[in-house]
Amino acid sequence: MSDLRDLYQQTILDHTRKPRNKHEMPDATSTADGHNRLCGDKIRLFLKVNAGIIEDISFTGNGCAISTASASMMTEALKGKSVAEAQPLFELFHTMLTSPMDQEPDLEALNKLAVFSGVREFPVRVKCATLPWHTLQAAIKNQDAPVTTE
Amino acid sequence: MTTTTTKPRGSQAAKAPAFDSVAIRSDFPLLQTQSHGKPLAYLDNAATSQKPQAVIAAAARYYTTYNANIHRGVYKLSVDATAAYEAAREKVARFINAPSEREIVFVRGATEAVNLVAATWGMENIHSGDEIILSEMEHHSNIVPWQLLAQRTGAVIKVIAISQHGELAMDQYAQLLSDRTRLVALTHVSNALGTINPIERIVSMAKARGIPVLIDGAQSIPHMAIDVRKIGCDFFVFSGHKLYAPTGIGVLWAKGELLEKMPPYQGGGDMISTVSFAGSTWNDIPHKFEAGTPHISGAIGLGVAIDYLGGIGMDAIAEYEHDLLMYATKQLNRIPGLQIIGTAPEKAAVISFIMENIHPHDIGTIVDGEGVAIRTGHHCCQPLMDHYNIAATARASLAFYNNREDVDRLVAAVEKVKEVFN
Ligand SMILES: Cc1ncc(COP(=O)(O)O)c(C=O)c1O
Repeated sequence: MSDLRDLYQQTILDHTRKPRNKHEMPDATSTADGHNRLCGDKIRLFLKVNAGIIEDISFTGNGCAISTASASMMTEALKGKSVAEAQPLFELFHTMLTSPMDQEPDLEALNKLAVFSGVREFPVRVKCATLPWHTLQAAIKNQDAPVTTE
Repeated sequence: MTTTTTKPRGSQAAKAPAFDSVAIRSDFPLLQTQSHGKPLAYLDNAATSQKPQAVIAAAARYYTTYNANIHRGVYKLSVDATAAYEAAREKVARFINAPSEREIVFVRGATEAVNLVAATWGMENIHSGDEIILSEMEHHSNIVPWQLLAQRTGAVIKVIAISQHGELAMDQYAQLLSDRTRLVALTHVSNALGTINPIERIVSMAKARGIPVLIDGAQSIPHMAIDVRKIGCDFFVFSGHKLYAPTGIGVLWAKGELLEKMPPYQGGGDMISTVSFAGSTWNDIPHKFEAGTPHISGAIGLGVAIDYLGGIGMDAIAEYEHDLLMYATKQLNRIPGLQIIGTAPEKAAVISFIMENIHPHDIGTIVDGEGVAIRTGHHCCQPLMDHYNIAATARASLAFYNNREDVDRLVAAVEKVKEVFN
């Protein structure tokens, strides 16, 4: 079996136990709901965007260790960044999770998010890690309809 | 002629043969395999069961020696295939003590059987303002077809609540029964909780008012002897693949007088008597409901699975599984922070559980690494999950080929989950 320690890295477990930016945001400029049909996980994402800059970002909801840590670390990675920077970061993140094992992902550009590289050994868990990001995209588009990971 | 019966295990004596779980396990090729380099402990039997070699061989024998379409050839192969398919129907009828094999309709599974009843009997007998009684513990397949019917007809769905232990609120059921009730559709055993519902009482309460009852037997038929006449219901549905038979085959049993009156479900070959552009007439039951080429090898496999189970005895299976359930419940309850969801006194061998601060999805991944296969999620019972205010559970569901070692491996794997998270 692929090593569980690759999946449940200490950093990930730390964010699972103590998620950062996990709260509602009454003055959000947009929100979106995400839903993973496989496990029933639900997440709500809050964004406060001002002049193209993500001034604040938070989330609520209950999910597995991977989706909770991913949401937590995503909010940390994006706070203070521009909306325009978010999309390429998601693409890098997604590539890391779905690229074949013999391909080296761009861990440097991903910075702390590189701890999720172990997830690609567990294909059924990729959607857990990407759910917060898909929800972010919806919030950026300011869609009202809930997104799913399908 | 091809034979489709397997030798019953053990003696032919009237007494139930002794339960030899080691020999039984060796009948299932998949249970000899490994998962992640470890022997497989397969504990997801409520989702689907593994197949004994006899069932696998029967399907192979059909394809290698007498594959032909049924009910339409005069040549030997077709005659043999037809005989084997119809013999399977007779076996199903005897297995559930149906009065006649004419009342056995082959379908894809429990889901299709419920949809068939809703689309035919339901469309004819349920009208605007009529009420259909379901329960909070139903599988989506015994909810959504009735919702679709309700949308089409203006009928109303009433729901029997459950207690924290996972038992039906019988008082409330008694109150829900009314002059407007046209159908009670209920699961015999809950796939998510394991609760065995008191269906004979439920049926007799409905019958006192002349209300028909559909029983979803998908989770009961693998675990206990079923006698549809004793139950007293009007419809009984189940899937073959949970009963050690192939996927894609299942059964609708309904009282003959109901089947006679019900309009066809799908149109096509085999279900007709005559066809002309002026109009067509229908074949006799059960063929009226079996349009097109059916899952021939699946039905034959189902018949062989029933023979195989007959060799062990459903009462022996129920007793063995009950003992294993008690053991598993005791062992899992010893783990601090683990909570079993579904604690009714009458249970089949299904154990749903949650763990403090650990999501079921993570439990599933980690125990999988130990070669232990369990299900995690909402188990197609979202209303039930809402009742317990949870999104998901981890679920171990046992079969007669499981043993205490499988349970011990699950317990050890759950300990490992705690290690990872501590
Ligand atoms: C109680 C119950 N009813 C119905 C079904 C549906 O069975 P199938 O998917 O084989 O049609 C299931 C399967 O999970 C079940 O557990």
